[in-house]
Amino acid sequence: MELIKANEAVVKAAILAGCTQYYGYPITPASEVAMAAAKYLPKVGGTFLQAESEVAAINMVYGAAGAGARVMTASSGPGISLKQEGISYIAAAELPCVIIDVMRAGPGLGNIWPEQGDYMQVVHGGGHGNYKSLVFLPNCAQEMADLTILAFDLADKYRIPAYILTDAYIGQMMEPVQFPKQRAHPPRKPWALYADHDSKDHLVSSIHMSTEDLESHNVHLQNKYAELEANEVRYQDVEVDDAELVMIGYGFISRLLLSVVQDLRREGHKIGMLRPITAFPFPSVHIEELADKGKTFLMVELSNGQMLRDVQLAVGRKTPVHFYNRMGGMVPSVEELKTVALRYLKK
Amino acid sequence: MSQQVLEKPHSFYEKFDRKGGPQKTTHYCPGCGHGNVHKLIAETIDEMGLADRTVFISPVGCSVFAYYYFDVGNIQAAHGRAPAVGTGVKRTRHNSIVISYQGDGDLASIGTAEIIHAANRGEQMTVFFINNGIYGMTGGQMAATSLLGQKTATTPYGRTVENEGYPIHMAEVIATLEAPVFVARTHLADLKGIMNTRKCVRKAVQAQVEGKGFTFVEILSPCPTGWKMDTHTSCEYIVDKMLPVFPDKVFKDLIAERESYVRPDVDPTDEEVLDALDLGQLGEPFPKDQNFLDNFPTMNFKFAGFGGQGVLTAGAILAAVGMQEHLQVSWIPSYGPEMRGGTANASVVLSNKPVGSPMVVKPDVLAVMNDPSMDAFEETIAPGGLMIVNSTIITRKAKRTDIETLYIPLTQIADDMGLKAAANMVLLGAYLEYSKLLPVDHLKQIVPRGIKRKQLGDQNIEAVEAGAKWVRENVGARKAEAAVTA
Repeated sequence: MELIKANEAVVKAAILAGCTQYYGYPITPASEVAMAAAKYLPKVGGTFLQAESEVAAINMVYGAAGAGARVMTASSGPGISLKQEGISYIAAAELPCVIIDVMRAGPGLGNIWPEQGDYMQVVHGGGHGNYKSLVFLPNCAQEMADLTILAFDLADKYRIPAYILTDAYIGQMMEPVQFPKQRAHPPRKPWALYADHDSKDHLVSSIHMSTEDLESHNVHLQNKYAELEANEVRYQDVEVDDAELVMIGYGFISRLLLSVVQDLRREGHKIGMLRPITAFPFPSVHIEELADKGKTFLMVELSNGQMLRDVQLAVGRKTPVHFYNRMGGMVPSVEELKTVALRYLKK
Repeated sequence: MSQQVLEKPHSFYEKFDRKGGPQKTTHYCPGCGHGNVHKLIAETIDEMGLADRTVFISPVGCSVFAYYYFDVGNIQAAHGRAPAVGTGVKRTRHNSIVISYQGDGDLASIGTAEIIHAANRGEQMTVFFINNGIYGMTGGQMAATSLLGQKTATTPYGRTVENEGYPIHMAEVIATLEAPVFVARTHLADLKGIMNTRKCVRKAVQAQVEGKGFTFVEILSPCPTGWKMDTHTSCEYIVDKMLPVFPDKVFKDLIAERESYVRPDVDPTDEEVLDALDLGQLGEPFPKDQNFLDNFPTMNFKFAGFGGQGVLTAGAILAAVGMQEHLQVSWIPSYGPEMRGGTANASVVLSNKPVGSPMVVKPDVLAVMNDPSMDAFEETIAPGGLMIVNSTIITRKAKRTDIETLYIPLTQIADDMGLKAAANMVLLGAYLEYSKLLPVDHLKQIVPRGIKRKQLGDQNIEAVEAGAKWVRENVGARKAEAAVTA
């Protein structure tokens, strides 16, 4: 067991997942990921390269992924915006990679405090075209490690970019982490460029010149996304069964919601929480089931209702979906959230 | 008598299936220079036997479909990003021969950052820059290399210095950098120019094979369609108009003197990897005491002081001891508005159940190392909680009467032992001796493993012991319910 900062746990987990390549550009509050990668990757024969720009970094990721490597990058809001062009190409060419987004507050340069305002650009596109990325939402150091490893595995399996969408608080935390005792040895990828005879006929490209071809490529991508929705939804329920009010939140917010549940349960309130662990695929079916059981919801986020839209789509008009948020780097206290929750609980 | 067979290079596909159907013609216009350069590159790949190792990067521009033709590994890049993509390929496949093939829009405009920095890093790739001074693919718009006065779709009155500036000289720019080993400009206007291009293509690729570094060949190339000229006039245009602005020459050739370097493939064993990751530094956890765990309350700590007083480390060490006792723990440094005012602080939670919020707002135990910290956080302590005051630095007394307060000269104790910056360890020793929350002995075991500067391990253990001793001699262990004022 290690007591380790989540931003560093990501890098060690990645290396144990067989990641050998890191290309990135420093940005607060994601720089610790880059610094850990710079420290550890060269020690294991891997590449750490500080690119000239976010744009170059994501295109280096594209090249390394095309060449068959397990590769990662990390950034934060303004940098993720810049990377979107490359991520669209990566999704189109069906290249696996892992992108860490340690969210900060925006829009624009904003500030460096935690927010969840990248949800839309990460979960619902961001770049051009009909693509999606797999998106994980860790809320502790152990998950930062575990989900990074899972992200590499599923990115390879589905040939899709995978995000670890986290925030400045989770990244800064030190918590116990149990790492795997062995390093993964991912198999050779049958489509990648190994600069050898057997891969000479491979082509990594996002071009489909005929409209028919490009439509069928798009249909193929949508089928893949449907497969992810069928197989890879992950979430955590806490005290949901008899709850009248189910709070929904992810990342750091879910840690505060856990304290709210613990405190208000002690006072006898029927309150629970649902924490999406994947944002795409989103646990829509589960939320719909809870709505069918008559649960009222309270969505709490550090953004302007970005995940709220996905919850509302799942719930429809079946039960009320309340909303509470802070923005700009402001984070609610547990007391503040208890007061909000009590508004929606029966007296 | 020797016999030479003239045939299509083997590094071209026999039929261009990727073009759609078994076609044998390219998509290039009559008189276009791309075909010439493609052929020179394919011949070079053939002659050097590099087809299996080559990864060819198709850019955005007229050569976007280069992968239709080259029977090598192919990857297509976003506009201007070919040198970045090539970097990712080469750093992953050290044995690859990376050929980045770019036009003037791609390389000299939208991708200037990528080409400059790939060149400056000395990426082991070969870049062929096709300069025809116009955007062919998108319909004849201006390029950064268009000549002054040149009429294009977006300079209908001719390029002017005032509006678009001067044509950019990429070969000259690249040649100013230290890393590139071979930088040349050639042209395709006549046989002599083509033969010189052939020579430079070979030289550039051979240098990559030998691990010499970054090589760059700019090739002035005709675009009869974009220029609205016939093939013959296009070639005259290169000689008469382009060459005076873009001289054909070798700007830099350090191939002979530059040391070869091919990145080694390192494949460490699993054991070496685990070792490199610095795992297991805290050692095995202490034996599990279920009774202790069952009865452990959730404890919220805040350690606050000036930067440099080691409050973050103190928190981390306490969390590490807690973890090794099988508790759930979290540590988070001060972050956000509360960081203002000259104090750093760490929140630590120890609990026997999953930790919710790791941010401690209402500490059960507050340790303050300086005045601003006491001013900021005294009010936040949970009623009945404990405040430890570093009385070497803080002279005032607590205002709260519903808490316990321990005044310990932490800095003085550390200084007396000749230990600089060990007041934080004195603090931990004193606190655990007083509270008996976790064994001081366990703390002493974790301290040398948990601190960054391992050589100071013994000194820090002494500091812990000094804190514990001070409590034994001056206060005694915490009495069940009495508030203590030392």
